[in-house]
Amino acid sequence: MEPLIEIKDLYKSFGENRVLNGFKLGLYEGENLVIVGKSGSGKSVLLKCIVRLLEADSGTLKVLGQPIPGLDQYTLDQIRTEVGFLFQGSALYDSMTVRENLEFPLRRHPEKINSQGVETMVLNTLRSVGLAHTIDLMPEELSGGMQRRIALARTLILQPRIILYDEPTSGLDPITSKEIIELMLKVQKEYQASALIITHDMDCARVISNRMIILFDGQNHAEGTYSELSRSSDPVVQAFFK
Amino acid sequence: MPGAPFPGNQLKEYFRQTGEVWLFTVRFFREAIRRPFEWRELLHQCYTIGNKSLFLVGMTGFIMGLVLTLQTRPTMEEFGAVAYMPSMVGISIIREIGPVITALICAGKIGSSIGAELGSMKVTEQIAAMEVSGTNPFKFLVVTRILAATLMVPLLVIMSDTISLFGSFLVEHFKGEVSFRLFFNQIFRNLTFGDLIPATVKTFFFGFAIGLVGCFKGYYSREGTAGVGRAANSAVVIASMLLFVIDFIAVLVADIFYDL
Repeated sequence: MEPLIEIKDLYKSFGENRVLNGFKLGLYEGENLVIVGKSGSGKSVLLKCIVRLLEADSGTLKVLGQPIPGLDQYTLDQIRTEVGFLFQGSALYDSMTVRENLEFPLRRHPEKINSQGVETMVLNTLRSVGLAHTIDLMPEELSGGMQRRIALARTLILQPRIILYDEPTSGLDPITSKEIIELMLKVQKEYQASALIITHDMDCARVISNRMIILFDGQNHAEGTYSELSRSSDPVVQAFFK
Repeated sequence: MPGAPFPGNQLKEYFRQTGEVWLFTVRFFREAIRRPFEWRELLHQCYTIGNKSLFLVGMTGFIMGLVLTLQTRPTMEEFGAVAYMPSMVGISIIREIGPVITALICAGKIGSSIGAELGSMKVTEQIAAMEVSGTNPFKFLVVTRILAATLMVPLLVIMSDTISLFGSFLVEHFKGEVSFRLFFNQIFRNLTFGDLIPATVKTFFFGFAIGLVGCFKGYYSREGTAGVGRAANSAVVIASMLLFVIDFIAVLVADIFYDL
């Protein structure tokens, strides 16, 4: 089976600081792949390279079969509509209402508007994250957890095949984190999207992952399911499970 | 001195920034003519920029007209030239003082607000969020704001000039019993296209410079919230300086065409 995201020998440096040092991964259809690593290990850099918010220095990086480096802008934008990105800080457009936040990507990609029309699509997506009543609110009127849900709704509205989660539970209290994790599982089923999740929340990793990669020193340090890795005797791996 | 920046590095940084501004300007023109056009956002920005500056620009214009007339009147009286007051005030406001003062006010109001808004969008990853949704943030955020500033600053200058002349008329009316009709007749009799056209044309460049600098500083702001403050601040300083350079060039060019 062809992977949705294929990365081989990926290198990325910022000046003298090498962040990714020959990293590799394959994300397959219907899979929830969690990448765990300590702060500053290059997890977010990896996600940004996948959608070309950052240019990788070298290596193979294919999304939906297309090599991302060197891709022309039009094709890249088309691929980006198939790859949802949930930012760590939600990144909602603060000058727009919730409705406008969701309409924004849709109006710029009319080919993604189905027969229901924009209004119904917005409402249905908000319903699927349980926040239809916030449709006319501004982001500043929402709590952190609600903002994260709206950001997820904005990601889902283009019905992506892959969703990239950058620390989806960071900065949230344990109860809200749990709600977000449950929501991620729910939308995963509903939208049948594959997910690449960057986190250091091991509860999140335990509940959501089919497979995990431990990123250490910019390389794949260990790989396996949550239960396999939790039994590992490797001190680096164990440090994440303590 | 330890830690002091090497002058060569400063020079290199200066040329790097100049190059970036140049590329930013070229990209603006390239994106501005490429479809799809963000008409809705352009109108929204025109409304925001125009409407939010209306009161400040109007107030400044009114006071400018009052003060200029009040301060000039005694000297003109001394030389027995008080009859020339309306034309003198009219020409100086329309040709120079109105455009420059209004543009400086706009640099403070519009430039800083664009710089801060885009800067904060940058550090909160809103610009990145637009990009990953397959939208061109440059077209949506930058092109619309620069175009709106280019279109709105001339309108604000025209409004400010009008209010300023009205302020001047009030002083003339109460101090010299000059009628509304006589005052404005005097002004328009002495105004030529050589006064009006260069003064209006340069305001488009003023607006463009204010929008461009604000957007550039905001779009490339770095280092968190402190960077946002710096972006807003430097947008005002650089735009204000640029306005004087543009004004100087505009006067030189107008001198060639209209033999002022």
